[in-house]
Amino acid sequence: MTDSAARPTSVNTTLVGRSFSPTETYPVSAVKIAEMAAATGSAHPAHTDRDAARALGYDDVVAPPTFAVVVAQRAEQAYIADPESGIDFSRVVHAEERFTHHRPIVAGDLLRTTVHVDAVTERAGIAMVSTRAEIVDDDGAPVATVRSTLAVRGEGR
Amino acid sequence: MSELTVGDELFTRTFTVDRALLVRYAGASGDFNPIHYNERVAREVGLDGVIAHGMATMGLAAAAVTEWAGDPGAVLDYGVRFTRPIVVPDPGEVELEVTGKVGALDPEAGTVRVDLTARAAGVTVLAKAQALVRTR
Repeated sequence: MTDSAARPTSVNTTLVGRSFSPTETYPVSAVKIAEMAAATGSAHPAHTDRDAARALGYDDVVAPPTFAVVVAQRAEQAYIADPESGIDFSRVVHAEERFTHHRPIVAGDLLRTTVHVDAVTERAGIAMVSTRAEIVDDDGAPVATVRSTLAVRGEGR
Repeated sequence: MSELTVGDELFTRTFTVDRALLVRYAGASGDFNPIHYNERVAREVGLDGVIAHGMATMGLAAAAVTEWAGDPGAVLDYGVRFTRPIVVPDPGEVELEVTGKVGALDPEAGTVRVDLTARAAGVTVLAKAQALVRTR
């Protein structure tokens, strides 16, 4: 496929700078932490055993390093699933992801997420969509920042 | 940490990636994009078959880091670029090999930057994969 054959994607480039405020609180459960740990090959006891987590200084079982994606992706749906975004989810592949943890996530946390559309660029029939999810706890204190870049392929790709 | 030197290899871990893992990851994460379980949909959108969630790959690589660190909450920052999708056959499976090396040391902050390589079926699937780990 040559670039000249690529057609523009349907992604809306005018939403850069838009923020999507949290509509619901995400309660972190020990069960979800255990599921994510099992699905990512982590058998560390601090994911499933409260005593093991407390021995490391945590109040309850602690989440694996990529757990925040569960919270962030739910919040990102407010943008991605919005018809105005122009994003065809089946044509999305992940290009980049980065987690900055301001503190570890533990069971019992009540998290709220604001999603920011940081950049949308399009070249050769592929749109690169960069979002930033700012996750805070019920006191409003920062918990994690999740930066994600999705590649959305147009029909010609 | 004082005994570590930039360039030291810290760990190598091999994971088996199959369709069952992708379904498990979909359920755990809530990412139900059909390209991660439905061959027909994956091919209709131009892929070579069902592919692993990039986030599943990133999560597996993280497990190798936390196993070495001994504390799942010690990862302060973790970023990757997804370079190539992992096509997961059915029947069959793919081996994902994750290696971590010391990329940088900051004794004052008490952190190690672990630089990761991840290869599946001989192909590099993550680039610029770096985890900043607290060591005290």
